[in-house]
Amino acid sequence: MMKIEAIIQPSRFESVKEALLEIGVEGMTVTEVRGHGRQKGHTEVYRGREYTVDLLPKIKLEMVLADALVNRAVEAILKSAKTGKIGDGKIFISRIEEAIRIRNEERGEGAL
Amino acid sequence: MKWKGVVCCCLMILVLTAFPLLAQQSPAPAAPPASTASAATPEVPQAVTERLNQLEQKATSAQSSADNGWMLVSAALVLLMTGPGLALFYGGLVRQKNVLAIMMQSFSLMALITVLWALVGYSLCFGGSGPVIGNFEHAFLRGVGALPNADYAGTIPQTTFMIYQLMFAIITPALITGATAERMKFSGTVLFMTLWFLVVYAPMAHMVWGKGGFLNAAGGKFPTLDFAGGTVVHITSGVSALVCALFLGKRTGYPKQPMPPHSLVLSIIGACLLWVGWFGFNAGSALASNSLASSAFVATHFGAAAAAMGWSLAEWIKNGRASALGAISGAVAGLVAITPAAGFVGPMPALAIGFIAGVFCYWMVTRFKAMFGYDDALDAFGVHGAGGTVGALLTGVFAQAAFNPIFGAGKRVGGLDGRWGQVGNQLVGVLIAWGIALVGTIVLLKLVDLLTGLRVHEEHEIAGLDISLHGEEGYNLES
Repeated sequence: MMKIEAIIQPSRFESVKEALLEIGVEGMTVTEVRGHGRQKGHTEVYRGREYTVDLLPKIKLEMVLADALVNRAVEAILKSAKTGKIGDGKIFISRIEEAIRIRNEERGEGAL
Repeated sequence: MKWKGVVCCCLMILVLTAFPLLAQQSPAPAAPPASTASAATPEVPQAVTERLNQLEQKATSAQSSADNGWMLVSAALVLLMTGPGLALFYGGLVRQKNVLAIMMQSFSLMALITVLWALVGYSLCFGGSGPVIGNFEHAFLRGVGALPNADYAGTIPQTTFMIYQLMFAIITPALITGATAERMKFSGTVLFMTLWFLVVYAPMAHMVWGKGGFLNAAGGKFPTLDFAGGTVVHITSGVSALVCALFLGKRTGYPKQPMPPHSLVLSIIGACLLWVGWFGFNAGSALASNSLASSAFVATHFGAAAAAMGWSLAEWIKNGRASALGAISGAVAGLVAITPAAGFVGPMPALAIGFIAGVFCYWMVTRFKAMFGYDDALDAFGVHGAGGTVGALLTGVFAQAAFNPIFGAGKRVGGLDGRWGQVGNQLVGVLIAWGIALVGTIVLLKLVDLLTGLRVHEEHEIAGLDISLHGEEGYNLES
């Protein structure tokens, strides 16, 4: 079992979600987050006063997948989230020890 | 075929109801000549006189009804400027944690000033005929009833005039809260505004608008043209706002920490309500539903429009973008500047006054404020003080007898009429307004500082005034 965390542009969220559903990803957790990497923020001007906004809104997707699905999921995210500009985000992958479904205490990949 | 019957019935009813009306009207003009021709007895002319008197009474009552209707609507429109207009305009400009505190200041002034007005305020502004301040003639609204007060508005009940003027007294101190935003105590605000209304507003209103006031355009020593409150409302509040900003000091973290407006959407709604309410403020200042009200209405609208464009253009040239906040700030600046002029100028000068005010106020809130580094949080001085001053002076330039022969038929009024001396009179009015606002506000701030204190504790300021002063939050979106 692997966990994929993807931080993407809010504008790409709908197409990423569709691409993941298409390859058979059944569940995900989505959070609205703020942050920045190499992308610089933008400036806003209110009555002559300039503010630099450097923490930009992003969407974070989290999903835990069976090993067999991981590569296809990463490909789907890359394809659907890429605009080619700085600020497209990142994907992090980590190994998961155990998954437990609370309803029936099922364990392992069957719980996903 | 049924509908044809219905139409026929309706037509018949119409004809039947209209006929007696027509019948009543036609003999009226015809009757007098017929009777005078038949016999020249003294009884018949008496009947004519009676009839004429009745007609005259009816005409007077019709005019009074029309004027009263417009003035009641105007009074409501001017209240609309404070709440929700100004409350939303200012509310959107502060940070989220202070939105209730600033709106509560506007709202509580609607209540506070009303009570003061009923007790002594109206009398101090419009009682008696002293040169500087009113008296207690109308304290507790004694003698204020259905009869008009011929000194001010001869065709509407004095009650209407009283309630209309109250709405001006409410918005004026509310404007100051733009400078003290995000850091002044509620207790200090209530006490300061009470005293400020009595010490600064009441004398200024009496001097400019009150009978015998020495700046009154009709018969004052220095006749200052102030149609709807450029000096009385905007200069006094704007200049007092500057004093408050200097006295209170900067907000914690200003100017390093970003303090962007939390909702320009609220501010835009507020600015639009201000614009609409301003028709009551300026066109209502004709105190009648007449052609002067129409010309003031037009001037008001044109001033706002030209100023919104002036500010936006200046910003576009400077920053490469025209912002929504700039456009609405410009409109408000234009409305401020056209206020003293509205009933004295034509539509083209109104465009000029608006445009000049828009560009000038843009410069005031961006460059001038930055040069001196004071923290006029929501630019009460930059818009109302500066716009009011420019407007008051330009009124002397552009006022024309053709629009309002205030000094009597055939007499010239302002610079465009070739009477440039009026600009000097305007300057006297402006200086008096600046002076009374500066001195009055400094003294009152010192006094209030001793009694209740002015500024909140730093930790309260950081936590936000909504929580720390009122125990509430503006937005509980999760609940």
